[in-house]
Amino acid sequence: MQKLTRRGWLTVIVMALLAVLPPVFYLTGNAFYLDLATRLTILAIAAVSLNLILGYGGLISFGHAAFVGLGAYAVGIPAYHWLYYSWGDWAVNGLVQFPLAIIVSAVFALLTGIVCLRTRGVYFIMITMAFAQMVYYLIVSIEEYGGDDGLVIDTRSELPLINLDDPLQLFGLSYVSLLVAMLLVRMIVNSRFGMVLQGAKGNEERMISLGFNVYAYRLTAYVISGAMAGYAGALLGNFTTFISPEMMDWSRSGELMFMVILGGVATTLGPVLGAVSFIVIEEILSTITIYWHLPFGLMLIGVVLFVRGGLAGLLTGRGGKDD
Amino acid sequence: MDLSLLFIQTLNGLQLGLLLFLVASGLTLVFGILDFVNLAHASLYMLGAFICASLTFVLGNFLWAVVVSLPITGVIGLLVERFVARPLYSRDHLDHVLGTFGLILVLDTLAHLIWGPAGIAVPLPPWLDGQIQLSETLVIPTFRVLIIAAGLAAAGGLFWLVNYTRLGMLIRAGASNRTMVSALGVDIQTLFALVFALGAMLAGLAGMLIAPITEASIGMGNNIIITAFVVIIVGGIGSMKGAFIAALLIGLIDTLGRSFLDDLFKLFMSSEAAETSAPAVSAMLIYIIMALVLAFRPSGLFPPRTR
Repeated sequence: MQKLTRRGWLTVIVMALLAVLPPVFYLTGNAFYLDLATRLTILAIAAVSLNLILGYGGLISFGHAAFVGLGAYAVGIPAYHWLYYSWGDWAVNGLVQFPLAIIVSAVFALLTGIVCLRTRGVYFIMITMAFAQMVYYLIVSIEEYGGDDGLVIDTRSELPLINLDDPLQLFGLSYVSLLVAMLLVRMIVNSRFGMVLQGAKGNEERMISLGFNVYAYRLTAYVISGAMAGYAGALLGNFTTFISPEMMDWSRSGELMFMVILGGVATTLGPVLGAVSFIVIEEILSTITIYWHLPFGLMLIGVVLFVRGGLAGLLTGRGGKDD
Repeated sequence: MDLSLLFIQTLNGLQLGLLLFLVASGLTLVFGILDFVNLAHASLYMLGAFICASLTFVLGNFLWAVVVSLPITGVIGLLVERFVARPLYSRDHLDHVLGTFGLILVLDTLAHLIWGPAGIAVPLPPWLDGQIQLSETLVIPTFRVLIIAAGLAAAGGLFWLVNYTRLGMLIRAGASNRTMVSALGVDIQTLFALVFALGAMLAGLAGMLIAPITEASIGMGNNIIITAFVVIIVGGIGSMKGAFIAALLIGLIDTLGRSFLDDLFKLFMSSEAAETSAPAVSAMLIYIIMALVLAFRPSGLFPPRTR
């Protein structure tokens, strides 16, 4: 076991607090904070997945909310058919819904990735945004599943051993999922695959002349990232039990990006710190004023203008990447 | 298929295309010359609509309101350029996107504070509010003709400005090599600010023109901006000609798709299947077109030759 660095300790402390505090709040009668923590944890999974392509891959995807939304609808639509078209119990089985969410998002990531990754720079930003908006309009146009108004999920996913109707167990599942997601991304990043991905971010031409098929590596990373975000979406659907196209609106994608940037790109803990800060800021500001987007927007501009390297960089006194 | 309906919808498509061009030309101008990604372009479109709506009530006339609103949106553009865009020019696109995303939140909330949550309907003067009788069955609203005329005039004016004036020459020179332009003694900072203000005015004009039809509302720009992205991606980012052709193409395809796709589908599938699938496909149509174009030409139909 290698010795923990300063940032390693910070990661351990933050994750330990995140594991302990919410259940304590819940058991002492503050159920609200557990809800907040569950939402935060799920968004953090999506942010961690975005960090894989945005932070390590240098691919500025502005459409990540679409994967989250697709994952949520992969839970909602079978549950809807189970209720109104008497589909079998398999339709509300989590062991069907969760893999379905992952597959749907992965396939969407593959199909759009094939096109998106042919483009560079600002084209990539806009085209990922456009494809996400395409899914948004697609869902809006399907009246069967509520269109604009969204869809209520009547039954949460049924899983062996775990009962998602219990807020504590839902939080537990989300938390463990977040840990797994962080470890997974860390493993990917430190593997040969991850090295190629980061190399391509630094100098694409050089990686190509070294003989790597950069396009294939990026596409793979894009699909993995999309699949993880889809899984986060399945959790989010189970948490909110109400899903709507609004989940995939481009401002949701913007918020996910903000979490990654605020926390610190290309760091293990960054996306989690970003998600925590985002939820806390949103919560505090929205209790003060309904116009909370105003100070929030100003803060966003301020962060972009003045904070380099994100919170993870600020807290450990060094910008940039993990040591 | 009903021919007069086809005619009307083609006009509507043309109108949407020209509005898209007004929004997209500003985006592509700012990106092509300043290398700056401005998401908040959407908010300038919205502000144009709101300011024009308020002024219509103050001045009592829609057209005067447009004339006065244009310089105001230009000044807002200058302020945005000075305080948000300029410090970000040297940064990467990610910072541009996040900074202007923050700006959208700020401007949308400010609009909410000033004009309230409900949309504002903009009344037209009587002579614009009527219809033009083309034949016994064919009538078109006068105002739509004005939008098309104004859109074409703006496109023509822009074409003239960029190709036949000294400012346009500097703009073109700035787009191909800014370092060289500034080395030749041109005040590049002022040029950038002017280009930004011009883009803001074009977006604002689009918002003013659409306001009497859809009314001015919060977040109205956030839908059109994505379509404008599709336009400049298809046209080739930085290309004015590309933006014009792609805007008309996307406007027509989107409008005609929404009204005739179900008829088209009924030719080869049951009418029930056509009626459920057509709305879904027409919602995705322009994105599918975009994907097809990019599959063959990754930098759009008319990629700028330089950069």
